[in-house]
Amino acid sequence: MEILLNAEQVGHIGSFVITNTLVASTIVVLFLIVVALIVYRTKYDLKSPFYNFVEMLIEGFMSVIEGIVGRGKMAKQIFAVIVTFFLFVIFNNWFGIFPGIGSIGFYEPKVNEPVAVEQVLSPTAENQAEIQPPAKLSQTGETGTKPEEMVFVPLLRSANSDLNMTLAIALISVFFIQMIAIKNIGWKNYLQKFFNFTNPILFFVGLLEIISEIVKIFSFSFRLFGNIFAGDVLLIVMFALVPYLAPIPFMGIEMFAGFIQALIFSMLTLVFIKTSVAHGEH
Amino acid sequence: MTKEIAIAITMAAAAIGPAMAIGWIASSAMNAIGRNPESAGKVQGNMILGLAFAEAIAIYALVVALVMKFV
Repeated sequence: MEILLNAEQVGHIGSFVITNTLVASTIVVLFLIVVALIVYRTKYDLKSPFYNFVEMLIEGFMSVIEGIVGRGKMAKQIFAVIVTFFLFVIFNNWFGIFPGIGSIGFYEPKVNEPVAVEQVLSPTAENQAEIQPPAKLSQTGETGTKPEEMVFVPLLRSANSDLNMTLAIALISVFFIQMIAIKNIGWKNYLQKFFNFTNPILFFVGLLEIISEIVKIFSFSFRLFGNIFAGDVLLIVMFALVPYLAPIPFMGIEMFAGFIQALIFSMLTLVFIKTSVAHGEH
Repeated sequence: MTKEIAIAITMAAAAIGPAMAIGWIASSAMNAIGRNPESAGKVQGNMILGLAFAEAIAIYALVVALVMKFV
């Protein structure tokens, strides 16, 4: 039982590292694109049950968004991004608990390119101290080809159990919130929220607003990453303790947690957009 | 050994606050729904958001604990 905090490398194109989380998220993106194309082909075909189901879902999303930000131009502006966040996160989370996601993979020698690339990317003293000794071991191991020197690399891994992924979508979310705020209340009102020199209290409130925007990035990314990675670890531990039947309720919990996290990610973006736009009005 | 105990204390101490917060939020939401059953949908949505904020604090500690364990 080996649990790694960072995603494992499964290949590379030149110096571009392909991790197993990247492979998983690409599969999810392709799946969503195929679904979108199917829906597009059956457009306005009221006899198609699949199209009607998707239309029902989309109308449900729209009514939730309109319930929070109100009917009008802004609901249409933000609809696509919010629903994309929801669908992307939920299908990534659910894809991660498919059987075989963490168990199908290949064995490779303990130290080869992945560690070498990591060394180049983060040449801190600590990392090198940790990484150097196995590098020497593997060189002896490659000649001897001992089975102990091999390490298992899963081909797929839930995309949100990689902090890079959650950080990326958190950055997109926070920048999107700022963009919508600027578009709807204007540059002047937007900047006034952060830099207000009319009195000292408002000046410090502005500083706190800047900090709160930065904290949003971390809270978004760590919340999603922590939930999904902890869920993966929980499932791995459960499968190791009792391989049959016992993990099933935990898989149910993970499906529910995946749904809730997707809901929370999109809902929080929505609520932050609402508050950032409402700020300029009073 | 010291490291394992440190990890356990990190997680245990960090679970106290969010546990109380989650209980409080859910109990208040149940109160609100009991007083005004028509508002159940609205209360539920806000309750889940509040729960997410409370839970996030435990998740930060969990991330710290996981980093201590695996890095």
